[in-house]
Formats: sequence, structure tokens, C-alpha cells
Amino acid sequence: MKLKNLFASQWGIVGIGVIIGILAALLQKLGNPPNMGVCVACFERDIAGALGLHRAEVVQYMRPEIIGFVLGSLVAAYIFKEFKPRGGSATIVRFILGVFAMIGALIFLGCPWRALLRLAGGDGNAIFGLAGLAVGVWVGTLFLKQGYNLGRSQATHAAAGWMMPLMCLGFLALMLAFPQIQGEPKSGVLFYSVKGPGSQHASLAVSLGIGLLIGFLAQRSRFCTMGALRDLILFRQMHLFSGVLGLLVAAFATNFILGQFHPGFAGQPVAHTMGVWNFGGMVLAGLAFALAGGCPGRQLFLAGEGDGDAAVFVLGMIAGAGISHNFGLASSPAGIGPHGAAALLIGLVVCVFIGFTMRNQTR
Amino acid sequence: MSNIIDARGLSCPQPVLMTLNEIKKGAAGPIVVLVDADASRENVVRSAQGKNWSASIEDAGAEGFRITLTRN
Repeated sequence: MKLKNLFASQWGIVGIGVIIGILAALLQKLGNPPNMGVCVACFERDIAGALGLHRAEVVQYMRPEIIGFVLGSLVAAYIFKEFKPRGGSATIVRFILGVFAMIGALIFLGCPWRALLRLAGGDGNAIFGLAGLAVGVWVGTLFLKQGYNLGRSQATHAAAGWMMPLMCLGFLALMLAFPQIQGEPKSGVLFYSVKGPGSQHASLAVSLGIGLLIGFLAQRSRFCTMGALRDLILFRQMHLFSGVLGLLVAAFATNFILGQFHPGFAGQPVAHTMGVWNFGGMVLAGLAFALAGGCPGRQLFLAGEGDGDAAVFVLGMIAGAGISHNFGLASSPAGIGPHGAAALLIGLVVCVFIGFTMRNQTR
Repeated sequence: MSNIIDARGLSCPQPVLMTLNEIKKGAAGPIVVLVDADASRENVVRSAQGKNWSASIEDAGAEGFRITLTRN
């Protein structure tokens, strides 16, 4: 019998939500973009930019927070004997879901974490995004009730579980080998933003340290924003949702104290005011997260504990970021991209197809 | 006779969904649930306790966990 996992208790999950909320708001004070202390979608998009997978000049930076999330989770998983290399559960489907999750998130301009942080910073547009997220997850629960699932994963080689952590170590090595040069758009093979959100970041040590801490805590607590809504809708369970509320309240309080709370709809940082698309983008993202079984943060933490399917979802999101910016699908503060609406429609069709066709493969 | 639910290899929320469906069927218990992830173990136990069932857990090593649920 194992020791009880305190982090996964009711107060544990609330406490971890509170810690994430405080740290995220603090990261904004320390240099990260406004209302974007930690945004998994935005930061994976920035990583795609740093690697040159898209060439949107304002969003290119190898975000150490993401690296920290995976490695922090890896450390926690090893300490508590929860590192379980596994994979093989409809892997290609997870990649596709990752692609469209990112496309949806970049129409709204944020993942569920950032939706909460935007609201905590006073951005009223986030209400549309969060409403869309809830609707997307709700549609996902309808599929789950009909027997939707992606099938069983299998145990695999430890090295397979190490692929995503090793990739993150590689990213970190690239950052150390090719550090940012003030005013330069490129250092070695890595792209950096000279202006825009990609140029706004806390120091490498701070970002990595906070990323590692959040990764560690979230692995222990199973913190998941999509799961919060899903469990609330599907099982009427408040457990994960209480963590999300903790994050929201703590980020709001920290923002308020630091003078980062600016209520309103127009002129919010890295946001647009097109309510329909803020809503629609997150319907797509929410549905894709629900079908894939975790919010983008949770997928990183799962990847850190050896889940190769979650790792492929992450790669799908990074690829999706490249597609989003190269094809003009991503929004900007001016509004949605020229092909954002078409991509949203295609994404919804693909997700509904997946939801209807992948059922009862549990035997 | 106890019912066995094999939820090994399935990720959340599947193990919980399967467990709650079995509970809903009105089984007198006990119900045995096999899971291989720690998060699944916690979720199944928490959900069953929420329905007023109690759980005992056996760590089956590489095979995962064997959770026995009994109605209170």
C-alpha cells in the first residue's frame, strides 16, 4: 500500500492551483507577456517559432517553462515511482487532435490556462473563450458517454518514455549553445523575437525554475483544466475544478496586488474582441482536448511520466502552431486570420468524425 | 461473485466511467477494478467513495493495481 498522495487530496489540488496562479502572475511581473504568465499553447507556438517551423517574427522563443513542465514531471514521476513508459493508443489520432487543438487555441489566442489568466487580468474576452471551452468539453463528454475512447496503451521500453524529456533537454542545450543576442533575430539555429510577445520573457533561470516546480507539483496533483470541466459535467465531481478555481482566484489576487488587473474588453494584451471567434476557437480546442484526454498542460506532464501518446499530442500541437501561422489561421490583436474560420470548420468536422467513429475499442 | 473491470491501459476518464457504470447497474458488489496508472487508481477510488462505496487497493507490481470496491 502506497503512502497517500497528499497533493491529490482536495486541499492538495486547490493548493497547487493557487501556487500555479501566483507563479503565473509573478512571471508576468518578471518579464513574460501580459496575461500570459504561463500559456501552454502560446509557449509551444513560440517554440515552433524558435525552431523556424513558422516565421511569425513576434512569436519566436524557446520557452523554458515548457521544458521545465516536462522535466519537473519526469523528476516527480521517478521519485514517486510513477514513471511508466507506455504508448500505442491511436497515436496518429492524438497527433491530429493536437494539431486542431492548437489551431483552435490560436484562434482564441490562448490555451485554457491562459483563458483563466486573461480573465484574472481583467480581459472580458476570456469569458467567451471559457464558455467555448466548456461547450467543447461538453460535446466531448457526449462522445465519451457513447463509448468513445482511443483504446488501450501498452507498456513499452523506458527509452520510449524518455523521448519527450530528451527532446526537452535537447531544446535546453540549444538555448544554452545559442543564447539570445540583444536586438538580433537569430542566434545560431534558433530564432528569437526582437519585438512582440516572443521578446517578452523572464530570465532563463527563473522561467526554467518555475517550470520545473509547476511540472513537479502538477504531476503529483494531476492538475488538468480540461479534466476539471469534464469531470464536473460527466461525473458532477468538483475535485479538479477546485484546482482551476484556486488558480483563477490566486492569479486575480496576485494581479490585483501587482497592479496587473485592467478590466475591459478592448485593447487587452495579445487578444482580440471578436466574441464569436473567441468562443468558436475554444469550442474546437476544448473538444480536441476532451477527445485526447487532457488539456495541453496535462499532456506535457503525462509526457514527462513516460506517456508517448501524450508526447505525440504535444508534437501535434507544435506542428499545428507551424500550420496555424504559415497558413494564416492564427488570430492577432486585429482579429482572426484570413483562413481562421475555414480551419475552425474543418477542425470541428474532423473532431466530430473522430468522436463518432472511434468507439468501444476496449477489448 | 464479484465483477471484474479491466481498465488497464485505458486513460482517464475511461476507468471511472466503467466503474460508475457498473455501480449504476445496481451491483451488490464487490466490484474489482484493474488499473495500471496511479492517476486512474486515485480517480476510481475517489469516485467510488463519492458513491458511498469503500475501496481496498492491492499493488500488483508491474501488473498495476487491483482495487476491490464494496458497498458501504
